[in-house]
Amino acid sequence: MAGEDDALARAAAEAVARRSYGKLVAFLAARTRDVVGAEDALSDAFAVALADWPTRGIPKSPEAWLLAVARRKMIDADRRRRTGVDAAGELRLIAAELEAVATSAAPIPDDRLALMFACAHPAIDPGIRAPLILQTILGFDAATIASAFLVAPAAMGQRLVRAKHKIGQAGIPFRVPERADLRERLDAVLEAIYAAFAEGWSDPAGTEIRRRNLAEEAIWLGRLVASLLPDEPEALGLLALMLHAEARRNARRGTAGEYVPLTDQDPALWDTPMIEEAEALLFRASGMDAIGRYQLEAAVQSAHVVRRRTGRPDWAAIERLYDALSALTGSPVVAINRAIAVAETRDVAAGLAVLDALADDPRLAEYQPYWAARAGLLARTGAVDEADRAYQLAIGLESDPAVRGFLQERRAALGTRP
Amino acid sequence: MKYLLLIYGNEAAMEAASKADTERMHGAYNAYTEAMVKAGVIAGGERLRPSTSATTVRVANGKTSVLNGPYAETKEQLGGYYMIDVPDLDAALSWAARCPGASHGAIEVRAIWEM
Repeated sequence: MAGEDDALARAAAEAVARRSYGKLVAFLAARTRDVVGAEDALSDAFAVALADWPTRGIPKSPEAWLLAVARRKMIDADRRRRTGVDAAGELRLIAAELEAVATSAAPIPDDRLALMFACAHPAIDPGIRAPLILQTILGFDAATIASAFLVAPAAMGQRLVRAKHKIGQAGIPFRVPERADLRERLDAVLEAIYAAFAEGWSDPAGTEIRRRNLAEEAIWLGRLVASLLPDEPEALGLLALMLHAEARRNARRGTAGEYVPLTDQDPALWDTPMIEEAEALLFRASGMDAIGRYQLEAAVQSAHVVRRRTGRPDWAAIERLYDALSALTGSPVVAINRAIAVAETRDVAAGLAVLDALADDPRLAEYQPYWAARAGLLARTGAVDEADRAYQLAIGLESDPAVRGFLQERRAALGTRP
Repeated sequence: MKYLLLIYGNEAAMEAASKADTERMHGAYNAYTEAMVKAGVIAGGERLRPSTSATTVRVANGKTSVLNGPYAETKEQLGGYYMIDVPDLDAALSWAARCPGASHGAIEVRAIWEM
Protein backbone atom coordinates (compact mmCIF):
# COMPACT_ATOMS: atom_id res chain seq x y z
CA MET A 1 0.00 0.00 0.00
CA ALA A 2 2.81 2.38 0.88
CA GLY A 3 4.21 1.91 -2.60
CA GLU A 4 0.88 2.84 -4.17
CA ASP A 5 0.55 5.95 -1.99
CA ASP A 6 4.08 6.91 -2.91
CA ALA A 7 3.30 6.61 -6.60
CA LEU A 8 0.09 8.60 -6.16
CA ALA A 9 1.84 11.38 -4.24
CA ARG A 10 4.63 11.41 -6.77
CA ALA A 11 2.17 11.67 -9.66
CA ALA A 12 0.29 14.47 -7.89
CA ALA A 13 3.51 16.38 -7.18
CA GLU A 14 4.61 15.95 -10.77
CA ALA A 15 1.25 17.13 -12.08
CA VAL A 16 1.44 20.27 -9.93
CA ALA A 17 5.06 20.76 -10.92
CA ARG A 18 4.15 20.69 -14.60
CA ARG A 19 1.18 22.99 -14.25
CA SER A 20 2.40 25.39 -11.62
CA TYR A 21 6.19 25.50 -11.52
CA GLY A 22 6.60 28.75 -13.44
CA LYS A 23 3.64 30.36 -11.75
CA LEU A 24 5.05 29.65 -8.27
CA VAL A 25 8.60 30.75 -9.23
CA ALA A 26 7.20 33.93 -10.78
CA PHE A 27 5.07 34.67 -7.74
CA LEU A 28 7.94 34.21 -5.27
CA ALA A 29 10.59 35.91 -7.42
CA ALA A 30 8.41 38.92 -8.24
CA ARG A 31 8.06 39.61 -4.51
CA THR A 32 11.63 38.96 -3.43
CA ARG A 33 13.59 39.64 -6.65
CA ASP A 34 15.51 36.50 -5.75
CA VAL A 35 15.08 34.05 -8.65
CA VAL A 36 17.67 31.56 -7.40
CA GLY A 37 16.15 31.61 -3.91
CA ALA A 38 12.65 31.12 -5.34
CA GLU A 39 13.78 28.12 -7.40
CA ASP A 40 15.67 26.56 -4.48
CA ALA A 41 12.77 27.06 -2.09
CA LEU A 42 10.36 25.54 -4.56
CA SER A 43 12.48 22.48 -5.20
CA ASP A 44 12.76 22.01 -1.41
CA ALA A 45 8.98 22.32 -1.21
CA PHE A 46 8.52 19.62 -3.86
CA ALA A 47 10.87 17.36 -1.91
CA VAL A 48 8.83 17.93 1.26
CA ALA A 49 5.64 17.18 -0.70
CA LEU A 50 7.03 13.82 -1.82
CA ALA A 51 7.78 12.91 1.80
CA ASP A 52 4.59 14.32 3.28
CA TRP A 53 1.77 13.59 0.82
CA PRO A 54 2.03 9.76 0.87
CA THR A 55 1.42 9.66 4.63
CA ARG A 56 -0.86 12.66 5.19
CA GLY A 57 -2.67 12.75 1.88
CA ILE A 58 -2.61 15.17 -1.01
CA PRO A 59 -3.70 18.65 0.20
CA LYS A 60 -6.89 20.21 -1.11
CA SER A 61 -4.95 22.99 -2.82
CA PRO A 62 -1.52 21.54 -3.72
CA GLU A 63 -0.40 24.85 -5.25
CA ALA A 64 -1.11 26.88 -2.10
CA TRP A 65 0.46 24.12 0.01
CA LEU A 66 3.67 24.21 -2.03
CA LEU A 67 3.70 28.00 -1.94
CA ALA A 68 3.35 28.04 1.84
CA VAL A 69 6.24 25.59 2.29
CA ALA A 70 8.42 27.39 -0.29
CA ARG A 71 7.71 30.67 1.46
CA ARG A 72 8.94 29.30 4.81
CA LYS A 73 12.03 27.84 3.13
CA MET A 74 12.77 31.16 1.49
CA ILE A 75 12.41 33.12 4.71
CA ASP A 76 14.62 30.63 6.59
CA ALA A 77 17.29 30.89 3.89
CA ASP A 78 17.11 34.68 4.00
CA ARG A 79 17.42 34.71 7.82
CA ARG A 80 20.54 32.60 7.62
CA ARG A 81 22.05 34.87 5.02
CA ARG A 82 21.06 38.30 6.19
CA THR A 83 21.14 40.17 9.45
CA GLY A 84 20.22 43.67 10.53
CA VAL A 85 17.07 45.58 11.34
CA ASP A 86 16.24 46.69 7.78
CA ALA A 87 16.46 43.20 6.40
CA ALA A 88 14.19 41.88 9.15
CA GLY A 89 11.61 44.58 8.47
CA GLU A 90 11.60 43.93 4.77
CA LEU A 91 11.33 40.22 5.35
CA ARG A 92 8.32 40.65 7.62
CA LEU A 93 6.56 42.65 4.91
CA ILE A 94 7.26 40.03 2.26
CA ALA A 95 6.30 37.25 4.65
CA ALA A 96 2.98 38.91 5.45
CA GLU A 97 2.06 39.25 1.79
CA LEU A 98 3.10 35.71 0.94
CA GLU A 99 1.19 34.39 3.95
CA ALA A 100 -1.95 36.22 2.86
CA VAL A 101 -1.84 34.62 -0.57
CA ALA A 102 -0.81 31.18 0.62
CA THR A 103 -3.71 30.94 3.07
CA SER A 104 -6.44 32.57 0.98
CA ALA A 105 -8.72 30.53 -1.24
CA ALA A 106 -8.27 32.95 -4.14
CA PRO A 107 -6.13 31.78 -7.05
CA ILE A 108 -2.42 32.64 -6.91
CA PRO A 109 -1.78 35.72 -9.10
CA ASP A 110 -0.13 34.89 -12.40
CA ASP A 111 3.14 36.83 -12.66
CA ARG A 112 4.60 34.67 -15.42
CA LEU A 113 4.43 37.42 -18.02
CA ALA A 114 6.14 39.88 -15.66
CA LEU A 115 8.89 37.32 -15.00
CA MET A 116 9.30 36.70 -18.73
CA PHE A 117 9.84 40.39 -19.34
CA ALA A 118 12.32 40.60 -16.46
CA CYS A 119 14.28 37.78 -18.12
CA ALA A 120 14.13 39.62 -21.46
CA HIS A 121 15.27 42.95 -19.97
CA PRO A 122 17.93 44.85 -21.98
CA ALA A 123 20.28 44.65 -18.97
CA ILE A 124 20.39 40.86 -19.44
CA ASP A 125 22.84 39.50 -22.01
CA PRO A 126 20.77 38.81 -25.17
CA GLY A 127 22.04 35.24 -25.59
CA ILE A 128 20.83 34.15 -22.17
CA ARG A 129 17.33 35.71 -22.19
CA ALA A 130 15.53 32.83 -23.86
CA PRO A 131 17.28 30.10 -21.79
CA LEU A 132 16.43 32.08 -18.66
CA ILE A 133 12.74 32.16 -19.52
CA LEU A 134 12.78 28.43 -20.23
CA GLN A 135 14.36 27.66 -16.90
CA THR A 136 12.35 29.98 -14.68
CA ILE A 137 8.94 29.63 -16.33
CA LEU A 138 9.02 26.02 -17.48
CA GLY A 139 11.61 24.50 -15.15
CA PHE A 140 13.96 23.16 -17.84
CA ASP A 141 17.32 22.02 -16.52
CA ALA A 142 20.51 23.63 -17.81
CA ALA A 143 21.57 20.53 -19.78
CA THR A 144 18.32 20.39 -21.76
CA ILE A 145 18.46 24.11 -22.50
CA ALA A 146 22.11 23.80 -23.52
CA SER A 147 21.30 21.11 -26.07
CA ALA A 148 18.42 23.13 -27.51
CA PHE A 149 20.70 26.14 -27.93
CA LEU A 150 23.81 24.22 -29.07
CA VAL A 151 25.89 25.36 -26.05
CA ALA A 152 28.02 23.41 -23.54
CA PRO A 153 25.94 22.47 -20.46
CA ALA A 154 28.48 23.75 -17.90
CA ALA A 155 28.74 27.12 -19.64
CA MET A 156 24.95 27.35 -19.87
CA GLY A 157 24.57 26.61 -16.16
CA GLN A 158 27.02 29.32 -15.17
CA ARG A 159 25.45 31.91 -17.45
CA LEU A 160 21.97 31.15 -16.11
CA VAL A 161 23.09 31.62 -12.51
CA ARG A 162 24.90 34.86 -13.34
CA ALA A 163 21.83 36.26 -15.12
CA LYS A 164 19.54 35.38 -12.19
CA HIS A 165 21.84 37.15 -9.77
CA LYS A 166 21.90 40.18 -12.03
CA ILE A 167 18.09 40.39 -11.96
CA GLY A 168 18.20 40.71 -8.18
CA GLN A 169 21.34 42.78 -7.74
CA ALA A 170 20.68 45.32 -10.49
CA GLY A 171 17.03 45.69 -9.44
CA ILE A 172 15.46 44.65 -12.74
CA PRO A 173 11.70 45.18 -12.33
CA PHE A 174 9.13 42.38 -12.55
CA ARG A 175 6.41 43.93 -14.65
CA VAL A 176 5.04 44.08 -18.15
CA PRO A 177 6.81 47.07 -19.71
CA GLU A 178 5.21 50.17 -21.18
CA ARG A 179 4.02 49.87 -24.75
CA ALA A 180 7.16 51.33 -26.40
CA ASP A 181 9.53 49.01 -24.53
CA LEU A 182 7.16 46.09 -24.83
CA ARG A 183 7.75 45.73 -28.57
CA GLU A 184 11.49 46.00 -28.17
CA ARG A 185 11.56 43.21 -25.62
CA LEU A 186 9.00 41.05 -27.31
CA ASP A 187 11.54 39.37 -29.63
CA ALA A 188 13.36 37.70 -26.75
CA VAL A 189 10.09 36.55 -25.21
CA LEU A 190 8.83 35.09 -28.50
CA GLU A 191 12.15 33.36 -29.12
CA ALA A 192 11.96 31.64 -25.75
CA ILE A 193 8.38 30.52 -26.29
CA TYR A 194 9.31 29.08 -29.64
CA ALA A 195 12.34 27.29 -28.20
CA ALA A 196 10.06 25.74 -25.58
CA PHE A 197 7.64 24.66 -28.27
CA ALA A 198 10.45 23.11 -30.30
CA GLU A 199 11.52 21.05 -27.27
CA GLY A 200 8.00 19.71 -26.78
CA TRP A 201 7.72 19.13 -30.51
CA SER A 202 10.75 16.86 -30.49
CA ASP A 203 8.84 14.38 -28.31
CA PRO A 204 5.60 13.89 -30.26
CA ALA A 205 4.58 10.71 -28.51
CA GLY A 206 4.73 12.44 -25.11
CA THR A 207 6.78 9.61 -23.66
CA GLU A 208 8.92 11.84 -21.47
CA ILE A 209 7.12 13.35 -18.50
CA ARG A 210 9.54 16.25 -18.41
CA ARG A 211 8.63 17.27 -21.94
CA ARG A 212 4.97 16.35 -22.04
CA ASN A 213 2.61 19.28 -22.52
CA LEU A 214 5.55 21.53 -23.30
CA ALA A 215 4.21 22.27 -26.77
CA GLU A 216 0.80 23.01 -25.28
CA GLU A 217 2.40 25.14 -22.57
CA ALA A 218 4.25 27.09 -25.25
CA ILE A 219 1.05 27.56 -27.24
CA TRP A 220 -0.59 28.76 -24.03
CA LEU A 221 2.21 31.30 -23.53
CA GLY A 222 1.90 32.27 -27.20
CA ARG A 223 -1.83 32.88 -26.78
CA LEU A 224 -1.19 34.96 -23.67
CA VAL A 225 1.29 37.22 -25.48
CA ALA A 226 -0.88 37.42 -28.60
CA SER A 227 -3.90 38.44 -26.53
CA LEU A 228 -1.84 41.07 -24.73
CA LEU A 229 -0.48 42.43 -28.00
CA PRO A 230 -3.24 41.86 -30.56
CA ASP A 231 -1.65 44.43 -32.89
CA GLU A 232 1.81 42.89 -32.87
CA PRO A 233 2.10 40.79 -36.06
CA GLU A 234 5.05 38.71 -34.88
CA ALA A 235 3.18 37.58 -31.77
CA LEU A 236 0.34 36.44 -34.04
CA GLY A 237 2.87 34.93 -36.46
CA LEU A 238 4.47 32.83 -33.73
CA LEU A 239 1.10 31.54 -32.53
CA ALA A 240 0.16 30.69 -36.13
CA LEU A 241 3.46 28.86 -36.60
CA MET A 242 3.02 26.78 -33.45
CA LEU A 243 -0.62 25.93 -34.25
CA HIS A 244 0.37 24.83 -37.76
CA ALA A 245 3.02 22.50 -36.37
CA GLU A 246 0.82 21.21 -33.55
CA ALA A 247 -1.97 20.49 -36.06
CA ARG A 248 0.25 17.81 -37.61
CA ARG A 249 1.15 16.06 -34.35
CA ASN A 250 -0.97 12.95 -35.01
CA ALA A 251 0.38 12.58 -38.54
CA ARG A 252 4.02 12.60 -37.46
CA ARG A 253 4.05 9.01 -36.29
CA GLY A 254 2.79 5.90 -38.03
CA THR A 255 0.66 3.22 -36.35
CA ALA A 256 3.78 1.48 -35.05
CA GLY A 257 5.22 4.75 -33.72
CA GLU A 258 7.53 5.17 -36.69
CA TYR A 259 8.60 8.64 -37.86
CA VAL A 260 6.72 10.03 -40.87
CA PRO A 261 8.37 13.02 -42.59
CA LEU A 262 6.14 15.99 -43.44
CA THR A 263 6.01 15.30 -47.18
CA ASP A 264 4.83 11.70 -46.57
CA GLN A 265 2.17 12.59 -44.01
CA ASP A 266 -1.51 11.87 -44.61
CA PRO A 267 -3.29 15.26 -44.70
CA ALA A 268 -6.45 13.57 -43.43
CA LEU A 269 -4.69 13.21 -40.06
CA TRP A 270 -4.00 16.93 -39.77
CA ASP A 271 -6.14 18.95 -37.34
CA THR A 272 -8.29 21.14 -39.59
CA PRO A 273 -9.68 23.60 -36.99
CA MET A 274 -6.13 24.25 -35.73
CA ILE A 275 -4.87 24.87 -39.27
CA GLU A 276 -7.77 27.23 -39.90
CA GLU A 277 -7.05 29.16 -36.71
CA ALA A 278 -3.41 29.46 -37.78
CA GLU A 279 -4.37 30.66 -41.26
CA ALA A 280 -6.73 33.28 -39.80
CA LEU A 281 -4.00 34.56 -37.45
CA LEU A 282 -1.52 34.77 -40.30
CA PHE A 283 -4.03 36.62 -42.44
CA ARG A 284 -4.62 39.14 -39.64
CA ALA A 285 -0.86 39.58 -39.16
CA SER A 286 -0.25 40.09 -42.88
CA GLY A 287 -2.62 43.08 -42.82
CA MET A 288 -0.30 44.84 -40.37
CA ASP A 289 2.46 45.35 -42.90
CA ALA A 290 5.42 44.36 -40.73
CA ILE A 291 6.91 41.11 -41.92
CA GLY A 292 9.13 39.11 -39.57
CA ARG A 293 10.66 35.75 -38.88
CA TYR A 294 7.64 34.04 -37.34
CA GLN A 295 5.19 35.21 -39.98
CA LEU A 296 7.57 33.91 -42.67
CA GLU A 297 7.95 30.55 -40.94
CA ALA A 298 4.19 30.28 -40.46
CA ALA A 299 3.78 31.08 -44.17
CA VAL A 300 6.13 28.16 -44.98
CA GLN A 301 3.75 25.92 -43.03
CA SER A 302 0.85 27.35 -45.05
CA ALA A 303 2.67 26.50 -48.26
CA HIS A 304 3.09 22.89 -47.06
CA VAL A 305 -0.55 22.64 -45.99
CA VAL A 306 -1.66 23.67 -49.49
CA ARG A 307 -1.13 19.98 -50.24
CA ARG A 308 -4.54 19.33 -48.63
CA ARG A 309 -6.13 20.80 -51.74
CA THR A 310 -3.54 20.53 -54.53
CA GLY A 311 -1.77 17.31 -53.59
CA ARG A 312 1.63 19.03 -53.68
CA PRO A 313 3.35 21.61 -51.45
CA ASP A 314 3.97 25.01 -53.05
CA TRP A 315 7.73 24.53 -53.28
CA ALA A 316 8.29 27.79 -55.21
CA ALA A 317 6.66 29.76 -52.38
CA ILE A 318 8.63 27.74 -49.82
CA GLU A 319 11.92 28.60 -51.52
CA ARG A 320 11.01 32.31 -51.69
CA LEU A 321 10.03 32.32 -48.02
CA TYR A 322 13.27 30.61 -46.99
CA ASP A 323 15.18 33.15 -49.12
CA ALA A 324 13.57 35.94 -47.14
CA LEU A 325 14.18 34.13 -43.85
CA SER A 326 17.79 33.50 -44.73
CA ALA A 327 18.31 37.20 -45.49
CA LEU A 328 16.62 38.09 -42.20
CA THR A 329 18.33 35.63 -39.83
CA GLY A 330 21.43 34.27 -41.59
CA SER A 331 20.65 31.02 -39.76
CA PRO A 332 22.33 27.81 -41.02
CA VAL A 333 19.19 25.90 -40.00
CA VAL A 334 17.13 28.03 -42.41
CA ALA A 335 19.73 27.42 -45.11
CA ILE A 336 19.30 23.63 -44.73
CA ASN A 337 15.56 23.94 -45.28
CA ARG A 338 16.15 26.23 -48.22
CA ALA A 339 18.43 23.59 -49.77
CA ILE A 340 15.62 21.02 -49.53
CA ALA A 341 13.22 23.45 -51.30
CA VAL A 342 15.79 24.23 -53.99
CA ALA A 343 16.13 20.48 -54.67
CA GLU A 344 12.40 20.51 -55.50
CA THR A 345 12.13 23.75 -57.47
CA ARG A 346 15.31 23.23 -59.51
CA ASP A 347 17.13 19.92 -59.14
CA VAL A 348 18.87 17.82 -56.52
CA ALA A 349 22.34 19.03 -57.56
CA ALA A 350 21.31 22.65 -56.93
CA GLY A 351 20.05 21.65 -53.46
CA LEU A 352 23.32 19.88 -52.69
CA ALA A 353 25.28 22.94 -53.82
CA VAL A 354 23.40 25.00 -51.21
CA LEU A 355 24.36 22.45 -48.54
CA ASP A 356 27.98 22.39 -49.71
CA ALA A 357 28.18 26.13 -49.13
CA LEU A 358 27.37 25.48 -45.44
CA ALA A 359 29.93 22.72 -44.92
CA ASP A 360 32.42 25.00 -43.14
CA ASP A 361 29.99 26.10 -40.42
CA PRO A 362 31.32 24.40 -37.25
CA ARG A 363 27.85 24.52 -35.67
CA LEU A 364 26.62 22.02 -38.25
CA ALA A 365 29.24 19.32 -37.73
CA GLU A 366 27.10 17.87 -34.92
CA TYR A 367 23.71 18.96 -36.22
CA GLN A 368 21.61 15.98 -37.25
CA PRO A 369 19.25 17.71 -39.74
CA TYR A 370 22.21 18.87 -41.82
CA TRP A 371 23.50 15.31 -42.28
CA ALA A 372 20.01 13.89 -42.78
CA ALA A 373 19.24 16.46 -45.49
CA ARG A 374 22.58 15.80 -47.11
CA ALA A 375 22.08 12.04 -47.03
CA GLY A 376 18.60 12.33 -48.52
CA LEU A 377 19.76 14.47 -51.43
CA LEU A 378 22.89 12.38 -52.07
CA ALA A 379 20.76 9.25 -52.18
CA ARG A 380 18.64 10.81 -54.90
CA THR A 381 21.73 11.53 -57.02
CA GLY A 382 22.83 7.89 -56.68
CA ALA A 383 25.98 8.77 -54.68
CA VAL A 384 25.41 5.72 -52.50
CA ASP A 385 28.72 5.69 -50.62
CA GLU A 386 28.57 9.37 -49.72
CA ALA A 387 24.91 9.06 -48.77
CA ASP A 388 25.76 6.09 -46.57
CA ARG A 389 28.41 8.07 -44.68
CA ALA A 390 26.04 11.03 -44.21
CA TYR A 391 23.26 8.72 -42.94
CA GLN A 392 25.69 7.15 -40.50
CA LEU A 393 26.55 10.57 -39.04
CA ALA A 394 22.88 11.59 -38.91
CA ILE A 395 21.97 8.33 -37.12
CA GLY A 396 24.83 8.79 -34.68
CA LEU A 397 23.67 12.32 -33.82
CA GLU A 398 19.94 11.58 -33.44
CA SER A 399 18.47 11.10 -29.97
CA ASP A 400 14.86 10.30 -30.93
CA PRO A 401 14.59 6.52 -31.53
CA ALA A 402 11.73 6.96 -34.04
CA VAL A 403 13.76 9.32 -36.21
CA ARG A 404 16.82 7.11 -35.78
CA GLY A 405 14.80 4.13 -37.01
CA PHE A 406 13.58 6.10 -40.01
CA LEU A 407 17.14 7.12 -40.93
CA GLN A 408 18.35 3.53 -40.48
CA GLU A 409 15.66 2.29 -42.87
CA ARG A 410 16.59 4.89 -45.45
CA ARG A 411 20.21 3.94 -45.07
CA ALA A 412 19.46 0.25 -45.48
CA ALA A 413 17.43 1.02 -48.61
CA LEU A 414 20.39 2.76 -50.26
CA GLY A 415 21.86 -0.34 -51.91
CA THR A 416 18.51 -1.60 -53.18
CA ARG A 417 17.70 1.55 -55.14
CA PRO A 418 18.11 1.55 -58.91
CA MET B 1 16.98 50.89 -4.51
CA LYS B 2 19.97 53.20 -4.58
CA TYR B 3 22.00 53.54 -7.77
CA LEU B 4 25.20 55.38 -8.60
CA LEU B 5 25.21 57.07 -11.99
CA LEU B 6 28.86 57.38 -13.05
CA ILE B 7 29.32 60.03 -15.69
CA TYR B 8 32.05 59.30 -18.21
CA GLY B 9 33.09 61.85 -20.82
CA ASN B 10 36.02 63.04 -22.87
CA GLU B 11 37.88 65.60 -20.72
CA ALA B 12 39.97 66.95 -23.58
CA ALA B 13 36.86 67.68 -25.65
CA MET B 14 35.20 69.34 -22.67
CA GLU B 15 38.20 71.56 -22.03
CA ALA B 16 38.30 72.53 -25.71
CA ALA B 17 34.60 73.45 -25.76
CA SER B 18 33.62 77.07 -26.40
CA LYS B 19 32.47 79.26 -23.51
CA ALA B 20 28.92 79.25 -24.89
CA ASP B 21 28.86 75.44 -25.13
CA THR B 22 30.23 75.11 -21.61
CA GLU B 23 27.53 77.45 -20.28
CA ARG B 24 24.85 75.53 -22.10
CA MET B 25 26.16 72.34 -20.51
CA HIS B 26 26.12 73.90 -17.03
CA GLY B 27 22.56 75.06 -17.61
CA ALA B 28 21.56 71.56 -18.71
CA TYR B 29 23.12 69.99 -15.58
CA ASN B 30 21.41 72.53 -13.34
CA ALA B 31 18.04 71.74 -14.89
CA TYR B 32 18.71 68.00 -14.62
CA THR B 33 19.71 68.24 -10.96
CA GLU B 34 16.65 70.38 -10.25
CA ALA B 35 14.40 67.80 -11.93
CA MET B 36 15.91 65.07 -9.74
CA VAL B 37 15.34 67.17 -6.61
CA LYS B 38 11.71 67.82 -7.61
CA ALA B 39 11.15 64.11 -8.24
CA GLY B 40 12.64 63.38 -4.82
CA VAL B 41 15.09 60.81 -6.17
CA ILE B 42 18.45 62.51 -5.60
CA ALA B 43 20.62 61.24 -2.75
CA GLY B 44 23.83 63.04 -3.65
CA GLY B 45 26.14 63.94 -6.48
CA GLU B 46 29.28 65.90 -7.27
CA ARG B 47 31.40 66.99 -10.17
CA LEU B 48 35.00 65.76 -10.07
CA ARG B 49 38.17 67.66 -10.93
CA PRO B 50 39.84 66.37 -14.11
CA SER B 51 41.50 62.96 -13.96
CA THR B 52 44.92 64.68 -14.20
CA SER B 53 44.31 65.65 -10.56
CA ALA B 54 43.91 62.00 -9.59
CA THR B 55 46.35 60.08 -7.41
CA THR B 56 46.12 56.33 -6.97
CA VAL B 57 47.13 54.59 -3.74
CA ARG B 58 47.72 50.89 -3.23
CA VAL B 59 49.11 48.89 -0.32
CA ALA B 60 50.85 45.64 -1.22
CA ASN B 61 52.85 43.51 1.24
CA GLY B 62 52.68 46.31 3.76
CA LYS B 63 54.22 48.79 1.33
CA THR B 64 52.27 51.81 0.22
CA SER B 65 52.70 52.94 -3.33
CA VAL B 66 51.36 56.25 -4.58
CA LEU B 67 50.99 56.78 -8.30
CA ASN B 68 50.20 59.92 -10.21
CA GLY B 69 47.05 59.65 -12.34
CA PRO B 70 43.76 57.74 -12.33
CA TYR B 71 43.42 54.02 -11.58
CA ALA B 72 42.80 53.25 -15.24
CA GLU B 73 43.61 55.23 -18.33
CA THR B 74 40.46 55.29 -20.45
CA LYS B 75 39.29 57.09 -23.54
CA GLU B 76 36.50 58.68 -21.52
CA GLN B 77 37.10 59.70 -17.93
CA LEU B 78 34.96 59.65 -14.81
CA GLY B 79 33.85 63.27 -14.44
CA GLY B 80 31.19 63.13 -11.78
CA TYR B 81 28.38 61.11 -10.24
CA TYR B 82 24.86 61.19 -8.97
CA MET B 83 23.44 58.96 -6.29
CA ILE B 84 19.74 58.33 -6.78
CA ASP B 85 17.09 56.36 -4.91
CA VAL B 86 14.44 54.90 -7.23
CA PRO B 87 12.19 51.82 -7.28
CA ASP B 88 14.07 49.76 -9.87
CA LEU B 89 16.64 49.57 -12.67
CA ASP B 90 14.21 50.86 -15.30
CA ALA B 91 13.71 54.06 -13.31
CA ALA B 92 17.49 54.39 -12.85
CA LEU B 93 18.07 53.87 -16.58
CA SER B 94 15.53 56.51 -17.52
CA TRP B 95 17.25 59.04 -15.20
CA ALA B 96 20.63 58.05 -16.68
CA ALA B 97 19.30 58.67 -20.19
CA ARG B 98 18.19 62.18 -19.18
CA CYS B 99 21.67 63.10 -17.88
CA PRO B 100 23.30 65.68 -20.19
CA GLY B 101 26.50 63.62 -20.07
CA ALA B 102 24.71 60.67 -21.70
CA SER B 103 24.57 62.62 -24.99
CA HIS B 104 28.33 63.21 -24.98
CA GLY B 105 29.83 60.21 -23.24
CA ALA B 106 28.31 57.36 -21.27
CA ILE B 107 26.61 56.82 -17.93
CA GLU B 108 27.40 53.65 -16.03
CA VAL B 109 24.53 52.64 -13.76
CA ARG B 110 25.55 50.64 -10.71
CA ALA B 111 23.30 49.32 -7.98
CA ILE B 112 24.43 50.10 -4.45
CA TRP B 113 25.16 47.04 -2.30
CA GLU B 114 22.86 47.77 0.63
CA MET B 115 24.02 46.35 3.96
